[in-house]
Amino acid sequence: MELATIGAGLAAIGAGLGIGLIGSKAVEGIARQPEATGDIRGIVILTAALIEGAALICMVLSFFV
Amino acid sequence: MNILRPYCFLLIFTAFALVVQGQDGHNHRDDHNHKDGHAHQKGSEHHDHNDHNHAAPVQGSPDHAQPGQHSAVTQGASAVGHADAAGAHEGCGHTDDPNAPFNAGELALHHISDANAIHIVGDWYFHLPVILYAPGHGWKWASTRSFKTHHHGNGTVAQDGYVLVHGNVMRVQDPAFPKGEVPVSEPSHETTTVNGKEKITYYVKANDICYKLDPKTTLDGGLMGGGITSFYDFSITRNVFTMLLVCGLLFWMFRAVAKAYTTRDGQAPRGLQNAMETFVTFIRDEVAIPNIGHGYERFMPYLLSVFFFILGLNLFGQLPIFPGSANVTGNISITMVLAVITFLITNLSGNKHYWEHTLWMPGVPALLKILILTPVEVLGLFLKPFTLMLRLFANITAGHIVIVSFVSLIFIFGKAGESLGGTAVGLAASIPLTLFIMAIELLVAFLQAYIFTMLSAVYFGMATEEAHH
Repeated sequence: MELATIGAGLAAIGAGLGIGLIGSKAVEGIARQPEATGDIRGIVILTAALIEGAALICMVLSFFV
Repeated sequence: MNILRPYCFLLIFTAFALVVQGQDGHNHRDDHNHKDGHAHQKGSEHHDHNDHNHAAPVQGSPDHAQPGQHSAVTQGASAVGHADAAGAHEGCGHTDDPNAPFNAGELALHHISDANAIHIVGDWYFHLPVILYAPGHGWKWASTRSFKTHHHGNGTVAQDGYVLVHGNVMRVQDPAFPKGEVPVSEPSHETTTVNGKEKITYYVKANDICYKLDPKTTLDGGLMGGGITSFYDFSITRNVFTMLLVCGLLFWMFRAVAKAYTTRDGQAPRGLQNAMETFVTFIRDEVAIPNIGHGYERFMPYLLSVFFFILGLNLFGQLPIFPGSANVTGNISITMVLAVITFLITNLSGNKHYWEHTLWMPGVPALLKILILTPVEVLGLFLKPFTLMLRLFANITAGHIVIVSFVSLIFIFGKAGESLGGTAVGLAASIPLTLFIMAIELLVAFLQAYIFTMLSAVYFGMATEEAHH
């Protein structure tokens, strides 16, 4: 159980890094091309959800295993 | 209107806190902490906790199992269902310890799981029909009301061998159990360890004989602790009830909208019609057309159905009071069915191009195809719906658990009502945190419905894409 909790924490670190990278690149992209804000927003949400999905799978597995 | 919004939030929160206060009883109900300090044997032996457990003995509980029933048990039940357990130490588990410390994890797990009766507040239950089938016993149709529920969702009578335990129907294992209505005691339970996993077995006492209970059959092959037991439960449970409610609501809404298009033909949309049109055109223009392209009309009915179904259930799960609060999209069976439908539509509408690229990718050496590419692609066929299933399930379940945990802060700080100052501190910490998470969950409710629809559309687009050679 204790090891599983560490796994959940590691998953959170990974997802945090990933979503942070998405956010930083999105801000850069929007700063360069403000007219692409709408497109970038959609992609950001989708990608963040994909990463979050992976992280949540890890967390759920860590609690069930 | 804007100024009213915080008050609405506060109102919702108060109602939620009331519901949890009503469920306060559940903190006491499952004290599985006894496992500490016992050396659990491997295998499926049962441990009798009666002799050496209960540092704080249950006071005022006449149903508390006494070790003196051994002879009755061995006479009554060992021959049939208890062959594995008919040792000298066959106990009756133990009833809930009212002095047990508050357990937020138990409360959260109870909240996210399905139940046969909906707990409203305190001792009030919304009773639902139960439809049960046991091989050799036939069908049983009843209402959870017939179990004469009292507090904690425990029934006081058995109906044809079925008992209500914490709002869930269980069945007495012993086939010799009398039919009809039989008064039973408060259920007791004991925790055993089978292959390193904890297993809770419930018992009930009737006529001073202890009977072991079977939980309902779950078809997860033991993955989540279920398995095939002696009966099948086809009841309208809390989740099914919420699903039917949401489907009815969606049907009513879309019927009204569809009617408005005929009666108000040629005019600008208004009211509900306007709101729905926003969503429908969003799904069409932002999800279906960019991802599927030509021939997207075929998939629009499914995409819209799945979007509004998930969105409605997510939002209903957000409601802290009675008609909502069921964790339907956070139930892995439901997300699995949705993912399987997406899988079937994807693969049944897959064209020659799709299958060629999945099974025999052109332009790649044959050895590479056989060794790597085709196995990976075939695995990918199943992984896509699998992640679809897990993503929705994990997101919604995590949200529910986090909200319940933050509300539990009140009881953790307040030691379940003992300390008034602690309760105040807990409230001060809990209200902003819970509101914050609920706001995030509102976003997640829309986002996950969108993501599911979007990824389904992406998969459909992959399956129907024409070759561009």
